[in-house]
Amino acid sequence: MNIIRTEKLDFEYDAESGRGLVLKELDLEIEEGSFVAILGHNGSGKSTLAKHMNAILLPTGGKVFVSGMDTSDEERLLEIRRTVGMVFQNPDNQIVANVVEDDVAFGPENIGIPTAEIRTRVDEALKAVGMYEYRNHAPHLLSGGQKQRVAIAGIIAMRPRCIVLDEPTAMLDPSGRREVLDTVHRLNRENGITVVLITHHMDECIDADRLIVMADGAIIADGSPREVFPQVELLRDTGMDVPATVGLAWELRKAGYDMPLDALSAEECAEALYRVFG
Amino acid sequence: MLKDITLGQYFPGDTLVHRLDPRTKLVMTILYIVVLFLAKGPISYLAVFLFLAISIGVSRIRLKTILSGLKPILILILITAILNLLYNRGETVLLRFWRITITLEGVFTALTMALRIVMLIAGTLLLTYTTSPLQLTDGLEQLLNPLKKIHVPVHELSMMMSIALRFIPTLIEETDKIMNAQKARGAEFDTGNLIQKAKAMLPLLVPLFISAFRRADELATAMESRCYHGGEGRTKLKVLTMERRDWITLIVGLLMLALVIALRRLGL
Repeated sequence: MNIIRTEKLDFEYDAESGRGLVLKELDLEIEEGSFVAILGHNGSGKSTLAKHMNAILLPTGGKVFVSGMDTSDEERLLEIRRTVGMVFQNPDNQIVANVVEDDVAFGPENIGIPTAEIRTRVDEALKAVGMYEYRNHAPHLLSGGQKQRVAIAGIIAMRPRCIVLDEPTAMLDPSGRREVLDTVHRLNRENGITVVLITHHMDECIDADRLIVMADGAIIADGSPREVFPQVELLRDTGMDVPATVGLAWELRKAGYDMPLDALSAEECAEALYRVFG
Repeated sequence: MLKDITLGQYFPGDTLVHRLDPRTKLVMTILYIVVLFLAKGPISYLAVFLFLAISIGVSRIRLKTILSGLKPILILILITAILNLLYNRGETVLLRFWRITITLEGVFTALTMALRIVMLIAGTLLLTYTTSPLQLTDGLEQLLNPLKKIHVPVHELSMMMSIALRFIPTLIEETDKIMNAQKARGAEFDTGNLIQKAKAMLPLLVPLFISAFRRADELATAMESRCYHGGEGRTKLKVLTMERRDWITLIVGLLMLALVIALRRLGL
């Protein structure tokens, strides 16, 4: 079943400026329960696409459906937003309250959940992201990775079926990045929440079920990471790079060695090297 | 250096005063101020003073803390006292030299005025020392709730207040960063005269404002995508409840008011 579907989605920020379309006739379906990574460099339209997934932006042409609901239907706005939650880049700018648990409660409070149930949801959400011990802390005293996990908990507490994360790791250090990605993968695996991860880090896409590459407002590649990354020339033509493992295999192939291009993880790559040279 | 600024001046604790509902404390503070201004004679003042002293005692806030909170208004108290001393035209002259006349009535008014200000500030300090800013905004929102009927945006105001409180540490941190960045490029913030110092603040304020606007924009988007749509149909994780201790405290406050009105009638 599809949780998100776009039909010939066109979007431009300002029709009179003549800067042209940010998204061009985009057709996309996202399967419920899957982990989808959307890769693209700055200006590829990936963040703009993300903002269409919970009706923050509305299409200038075409349609977007969230579990069958048209996002331009204002009557169902709240229902759409509680179905698809959104986590943004800067954790500081999405935390509303002075205390961690109050912030996580913000979403459920907005949709009118009874007090006793908010309590259970908040506790559940904080446990799911491993921040339960910090429930009474002030958010500004937490690390970047912890803040981002609190932001994720704030979304989970609304019990969405899908989470869209718009470059959630861009402002974090490597350990914070790891924390956030592990959390997101676990939520996908254990709670069955659909995850759409927008990123420009190749490495974050390797474990995804599906990888979509965007450039200039259009999808240029779509498939499993093993299908997409071997298209080294296509990716490099649009100014993107490939994971270091694929890059290495590519160079070796050019030098005449029979390296597989779909050995994405460091372990797989090492094994392939061992087979080729050993 | 900026991180050292204490904000809200809340001292966490678990005393009766801390545990009271913020609404009770707000109402009591208002009652206390009314009573203080109704008080006329020495006995009334003594009664109000005792009430304040007991409250401070129960709250376990150290006297030193209260006194240091009074320090910024010391000059105000002195000026009020001196002006009252000089301009009160009483009957009993104590001292007369050059054009200055000091009367017994003048001394008395000066002292009561000074005492009144000290007690006023000490009482309100007790409120902010024992109530977290968040509780205060929450209590204020609940108290002002009836005003919604005449279209006062009570929920929106309290939301703005709590967001402002939430962003103070974030913006302080940011100011620190910008200051360091400007210093690294040769800006000087603490040299020169007042005008030079004010001018030096400009390269600090412009980036700070730009970033504050950007943050506000992003926060609004994030709030919307978390289904925020104003106060309508909103529930709360922490509901304020009036306990028995709150009602008892309020009754004590009302008795206090009655007592001072009675004493005023009697001219005490």
